[in-house]
Amino acid sequence: MSLDAADLEQPRRATADLQQNRHVAAVKPVPFRGGGFVHTRHRFVALFLFVVLVILWEIGSQTGFISNIALPAPSEAAGAMADLFETGMIWKHLSASLYRLVIGWSVGSLIGVTVGLAVALFSIVRAGVSPFVSALFPIPKIALLPLFIIWFGIGEGSKVATILFGVFFPTVIATYGGVDNVDRNLIRMGQSFGLSWLSIVRKIIIPGALPAILSGFRISASIAIILLVAAEMIGAEFGIGAYILMAGALFATDQLIAGVAMLSVLGLTVGWLISRAERWLLRWRA
Amino acid sequence: MELILDRVSHSYGNVEVLNDISLSVGSGEIVCIVGPSGCGKSTLLRILGGLEKPDSGAALIAGDPPADSLNPLTYVFQDFALLPWRTVEGNVSLVLEDHAIPKDRARAIIADVLARTKLSEFAGAWPRQLSGGMKQRVAIARALSVNPAVMLMDEPLSALDSQTRDLLMDDLVDLWGQVGFSACYITHNLAEAVRLGHRIVMLSRRPGRIREIVDIDIPLNERINHPAETTAIQRRLWEAMRDEARAADRELSDVA
Repeated sequence: MSLDAADLEQPRRATADLQQNRHVAAVKPVPFRGGGFVHTRHRFVALFLFVVLVILWEIGSQTGFISNIALPAPSEAAGAMADLFETGMIWKHLSASLYRLVIGWSVGSLIGVTVGLAVALFSIVRAGVSPFVSALFPIPKIALLPLFIIWFGIGEGSKVATILFGVFFPTVIATYGGVDNVDRNLIRMGQSFGLSWLSIVRKIIIPGALPAILSGFRISASIAIILLVAAEMIGAEFGIGAYILMAGALFATDQLIAGVAMLSVLGLTVGWLISRAERWLLRWRA
Repeated sequence: MELILDRVSHSYGNVEVLNDISLSVGSGEIVCIVGPSGCGKSTLLRILGGLEKPDSGAALIAGDPPADSLNPLTYVFQDFALLPWRTVEGNVSLVLEDHAIPKDRARAIIADVLARTKLSEFAGAWPRQLSGGMKQRVAIARALSVNPAVMLMDEPLSALDSQTRDLLMDDLVDLWGQVGFSACYITHNLAEAVRLGHRIVMLSRRPGRIREIVDIDIPLNERINHPAETTAIQRRLWEAMRDEARAADRELSDVA
């Protein structure tokens, strides 16, 4: 008991010493130097900034500070958008564009992932195919559009093909890069337990490459939207690209802005969908 | 079943890592292999389990493995090698899926090995949520689930802190008491070897040769009550190894 009491006494004595020492040298807290460089979530800042910019833009247009020829007022663009809804044309344009986007992107991704896996798994395929991928990837697919029109026709074929080719190459590269980065020790573990080749590919290699494949999807989806507009600018009756091209030709800048806004919403939606897919498929990560 | 290494030598390029090594792991026996770093311990284990072919000599199996053994030679790795995208349960299930085992039988095996390794309540956890010790327990559970004839353990406790290591050593001793597994256990930690090994094989530094073989007769679960004897063995091994370890430490290495 007495020992315990002495122990309790100790810190108190230390504080007392401190109090006495205070007269000798000033006691200050250690300055805090940590903190910062950490992301905190601010949910509504972007929305707020967007609203403020639109309001400023509207005020600028109304007061004549921004010339109506240079840039239409947001209200006019909104009017053009309302027109699209009223006439129901928006669904025609959107469905035509979505059809091309969905088919082109999914088929391109499917073939891309398959070829990417083949390149990663078989060294003979890698030796044969990867130089072609490197050589063809940097070619802007828009430059090939005339060829695609000759090969696949002026209709849907050439448009889907442009998107498909544009999506294919980055997907191949993302996939085999992802497979190359799968932890070799996990593969060795699979072999040591006598797992079949197919099981190792299905249960170890593909899930291990999935993060890289999904970030590849994010890039290829943006590429698909860019190519969609480019492809629709040639010989398309409906589609967001056709709408924008027509608006541009007529210098109907309000419609042009409305079309661009549609693209932006499309891009945001696709990005959001991929984020959802990532969160679900990669839920094993922190 | 007995696992035998018969006059094995191996080189990487012109660096000889193993020289004329013969040893055997009998049924229900834990053979610890110790040696300074870079003496070819891990290479030896890879050869034992058929992940690498030796330049000369051979790894042999005498007798048949038990009929219900799904993977007679089963590794436990230093880095655990758990799939991060599978839960604890899923990681064990992975190694059963390729064998045509009825679903409820597989479920029973998984429940059994998780109970033995004290993991039952963590069946649904992701590997990232587990401490190092728990991860290695999962890896041991996974190894037990295929009912191995010999477990090939490559420094299984070396990535863990010393407290966790002590806890896991106790668990391994308990487990051996229950299951009586055989193992070839590689370590550079003499305390582990003296605590877990029925036989300790000491390798010299590169090229690894067998320097000494020590049999310890004290039963595993009683060793903790014989600190004097075990400490004496450990010290004797360290005396023999110290100069080699020092020399190995000062060596330049091109072999991973």
